[in-house]
Amino acid sequence: MRIVVLIKQVPDMEKVKFDREKGVIDRGSAGTEINPFDLNALEAAVQIKEANGAEVVALSMGPPSAENALREAIARGADKGILLSDRRFGGSDVKATATTLAAGVKKIGEFDLILAGMQTVDGDTGQVGSEVAEFLDIPHVCYVEKINEVNDEDIRVTTDIWDSVYEEKVKYPGLLTVTKDINSPRLPSFRGKMSARKAEIPVWGLEALQEYLDETMTGIKGSPTMVKRVEVPPAIKREGRVWRDSVDAGVDEFVEILVGAKVVEAR
Amino acid sequence: MAEHKGVMVFGEQKKGKIHKVTYELLGKACELAAKLDEQVYCCVVGPSGIQVDELIFRGADKVFYVTDDDLFELPEVLTYAKNIVRVIEDVKPEICLFGATSFGRSLAPRVAAALKCGLTADCTGLEIDAGDGKLIQIRPAFSENILAHIKSKVLPQMSTVRYKEFDEAVRDSSRKGEVKTYEPIRIADPMIEILEEIQKEEFSIADAKVVVSAGKGLKSPEDLKLIRELAEALGGVVGSSRPLVEEGFISKAHQVGYSGNRVKPKLYVACGVSGAPQHIAGMKESEMIFAINTDPSAPIFNIADYGIVGDLYEVVPKLIERINTRKDVQ
Repeated sequence: MRIVVLIKQVPDMEKVKFDREKGVIDRGSAGTEINPFDLNALEAAVQIKEANGAEVVALSMGPPSAENALREAIARGADKGILLSDRRFGGSDVKATATTLAAGVKKIGEFDLILAGMQTVDGDTGQVGSEVAEFLDIPHVCYVEKINEVNDEDIRVTTDIWDSVYEEKVKYPGLLTVTKDINSPRLPSFRGKMSARKAEIPVWGLEALQEYLDETMTGIKGSPTMVKRVEVPPAIKREGRVWRDSVDAGVDEFVEILVGAKVVEAR
Repeated sequence: MAEHKGVMVFGEQKKGKIHKVTYELLGKACELAAKLDEQVYCCVVGPSGIQVDELIFRGADKVFYVTDDDLFELPEVLTYAKNIVRVIEDVKPEICLFGATSFGRSLAPRVAAALKCGLTADCTGLEIDAGDGKLIQIRPAFSENILAHIKSKVLPQMSTVRYKEFDEAVRDSSRKGEVKTYEPIRIADPMIEILEEIQKEEFSIADAKVVVSAGKGLKSPEDLKLIRELAEALGGVVGSSRPLVEEGFISKAHQVGYSGNRVKPKLYVACGVSGAPQHIAGMKESEMIFAINTDPSAPIFNIADYGIVGDLYEVVPKLIERINTRKDVQ
């Protein structure tokens, strides 16, 4: 069995700074990490590998520096990492990204399962997984929160969708996007780190993928949407009144504020 | 190529019942269509007997209704996608809107990819550019920290739109419209089988006017009683930060945050919640925020209107008592 895990390198959202005046994101202000939801996808793949035997291939599209994210994926249990990187991939929107990733998957060849996080913390769209599935013409299930059974022909999963919870059976090859509830990702192991250091990470550009992808399908040219403007909205103005030394005064005054705001209806 | 015209809304339904996001989308679609001087369409895929008149009362000029009593009983995303793609190819709308519900977010990308058009996720604002008449799609990104303004180069211009972002369309029962029905398309081998629907709790935190949340300051699951009492005194419901859900104190339906539920109540009370960015992303748009925390430097105080530095085990009982006194005596 072969499992492809889609990985994205994202800025560390707890550290990244946003310049409200200029409306820009200072990506340099924060380190990078693997998109947190993708770590859950990777962990799910590694658990299947441990229980049933599988080859886990981490696939990422990004700048050359995203190689680090793939090494980390190997340290956390992936067998291989492949990076799709080319200047001409730059500026890709959802469709161009999904098309490029689907081309990468086609070049990998046979696979049974693709796992991805339910969304990324920077792009925040949650759409790439389903589009990859459509471009590969395979079924997909979003918001998988539990893997119940891994069989030879299919996988049974629990998903929270359509205001309910369903158990679904997906035939291979299929794609799943997972939530944070599916597992707790493990930390890199010592052995994993050793393998990660030695691993060769193939970098596939447009030429390497030419059988499946041309220049008009990726990057800015292949993107039907474009970002016209970015604004960093001002934080909502808050009263910011904090009672630091007197609980009783705070309680009394705050309840009066609630009465004033008609949250508490005094008789 | 035929001209693309009209603003189409995907009318999400479950077992024949229309999801409310549909009415919100119809309200927005009417605004957009008025600016473009075009019609409002609603594409609905589901069993027979759906109240299509209601879609017309809420603003649809034409309803495109793909119906079958068995085929759409479950959220079979591939079957839904195929049927919607067919309607869109037939009608050729200029704009196409889906609710960003869990189902809409799984479905819309398949439809967009099949049509090779763009798709903007989770919009919170939609406007028509006065210059070129194109749709400006406004959406938060970077974990809610920025707002991106996005345009599509390809038609239809397609977006998913957040639930409870826009007002529902005003109902006018004198409105008239047309209904066109379609025979369904079946997929020979859907590759996916939905085995079982597992009951989910009915609780919905998104509708509450007041949310009282507990965070890591809460020591044991029994102590949720305290939070519940305060919520009751305020006529609200209990929320939670992620760690308590992970610890098994409370179910996921109560979790507020980036990976939980987004809430915008009139009052949000954070008890022993430190205010991690992932929590704040889910509640920062609340009208009024009140925080209780022993740590005066807790980040929650930076976004709070009011706060008390103190132990929730002391503050919450006092609050409950004071609120109840205030309600009884004047």
